[in-house]
Amino acid sequence: MSEAQRFKPVQRVLHWSMAVAILAMLFIGVGMVSTIRPDYLTLVSIHKPLGIAILILALVRLVVRLRLGTPGLPRDLPAPMKLGAELSHYALYALMFTMPLIGWGMLSAAAYPVEILGVTLPAILPQNDGLHTLLWNAHRALAFAFFALILVHIAAGLFHALVRRDGVFEAMSPIPTRGGVIEPAESSRARRSP
Amino acid sequence: MGIICLPEQGTEPTRDPRRSRTDPLPSTDEVIDAVQRSSSLGGQIGSLALIGAVVAGSAAAFAYTGGFLTPERLTPSMLVGALAPPSGPVPGYRRNHAKGVCFLGSFTASGAGSALSTAQVLAKGTYPVVGRFNLGTPSPTTPDSEVRVRGLSVEITPPQGQQWRSAMISPPFFPVSTPQAFYDLLVASGRKDDPNAMKEFAAAHPEIGAFGAWAQSAPYTASYAEDRFNSLNSFFFTDASGADHAVRWSFVPAAPPENLSADALKARGPDYLERDIATRVASGPQRWDLIVTMADPGDPTADPSKAWPEGRRTVDAGTLTAERVVPEADGPCREINYDPTVLPGGMRTSDDPFPAARSAAYSVSYNSRTAEAADYPRNAAAGAHP
Repeated sequence: MSEAQRFKPVQRVLHWSMAVAILAMLFIGVGMVSTIRPDYLTLVSIHKPLGIAILILALVRLVVRLRLGTPGLPRDLPAPMKLGAELSHYALYALMFTMPLIGWGMLSAAAYPVEILGVTLPAILPQNDGLHTLLWNAHRALAFAFFALILVHIAAGLFHALVRRDGVFEAMSPIPTRGGVIEPAESSRARRSP
Repeated sequence: MGIICLPEQGTEPTRDPRRSRTDPLPSTDEVIDAVQRSSSLGGQIGSLALIGAVVAGSAAAFAYTGGFLTPERLTPSMLVGALAPPSGPVPGYRRNHAKGVCFLGSFTASGAGSALSTAQVLAKGTYPVVGRFNLGTPSPTTPDSEVRVRGLSVEITPPQGQQWRSAMISPPFFPVSTPQAFYDLLVASGRKDDPNAMKEFAAAHPEIGAFGAWAQSAPYTASYAEDRFNSLNSFFFTDASGADHAVRWSFVPAAPPENLSADALKARGPDYLERDIATRVASGPQRWDLIVTMADPGDPTADPSKAWPEGRRTVDAGTLTAERVVPEADGPCREINYDPTVLPGGMRTSDDPFPAARSAAYSVSYNSRTAEAADYPRNAAAGAHP
């Protein structure tokens, strides 16, 4: 497929590096709160800087997206799938921003110092029991929602790649592939409708 | 592609000349055709199955990581749950060391600690402290004389902002060697229906014997101001040259101890210690010296149930001064999680497994009690405070 139909390299690098970071983040988060072993401290010490890194990458990514835009979805994509794609991407972006901020705010509301690689970040909220409870519950609930949404995102990406073969996956695939609209989609259509 | 598609494109079905009617093997064209069909219809089913497997596998890995598939894994919630008294946890209060009182004061570092650690709090100077005297009980209403373990928690904040939080207790060593053993101890001691539970525990964890002997024989002091509070856990201090020093520390009281029996303490009333410390501090600041003890090679750092031998090199790193006592209901210590892993640069955890377990458990306790803040109202009327 032509390069015009793909995300720009900087967008693909951002997508895949953040994919790794966010998945690692979710696994670290759910793992650390379920153990009392010394790993707990190691995981926490990764969770915080990684969260800040994701927040910064999300900012960069949003700017890049607003400047470079996206390749359009296939014209023949059914309307419900199109709507699902758009809504899920709004949700993914919202979570990339809110999860690190909620985590930071939650620690601030607990009067707990947020240390990132030896640097103490300022508290973004005052200590407050009610705020802490609200943010902690939100952080946990949204983490599960985030993971569920990522599973849907992965399933949809694979559906585009393997079943629809409509070039949507190839637009974001980490390395250029021959797949996509041009070859398999057309030839399979020709085969199916003699 | 063109050749392969020929049979489907309406041309006369061709017969493979290499194949006789009795030949059980399919022709090359038939094989390719079958493969093609499978890559369309069967292939799609395969693709969907693959997608389902990826999603299900990821969800299972996530559930495993979160401990949802391994109920035997000791989680922070289980550990905190085991601390609860038979009647259940007291809402709004710390899940252990629930009874306590806040104090404000300062820590004056002598500067001698800087030889061991680059921590800001050990550099010569005076830094504000928010602290808490407390009793090792899950209920804020336990009478003082029924609690063997007393605690001191401090949060020291130097102007550069790198806090040091520490929560120490009065016994000279911890009852058990590992967090798992501590959990097992809580479970065993909670099993009042099984008189053998504690015996079996003690047989499996002989180190508890020393703690039992201490609890039976050591006198009570008449005041928090007379108690020595020990880190028990080992940490590493890192000096300016980058060298690590395995250390433990204690806050050693300036006030001479008045030793009491449990009965004598009981006679002074169920909440005597809070009243006493408030009265003492009101009449004059109370002081403890921060004594840092350095391990000799071979001293056990991973096991807080083993005290280090006498005669280890020590450094008097400064003086803690309690200047004002404030009831917890209105005090500034209530919102502090005295997590012993909140350490400034120049201090870090060692191979002692307890600080990590404590950090994980304290977090659960903090989350619970802040969510229940309505059950422990602030600005309690005088006398309503337990």
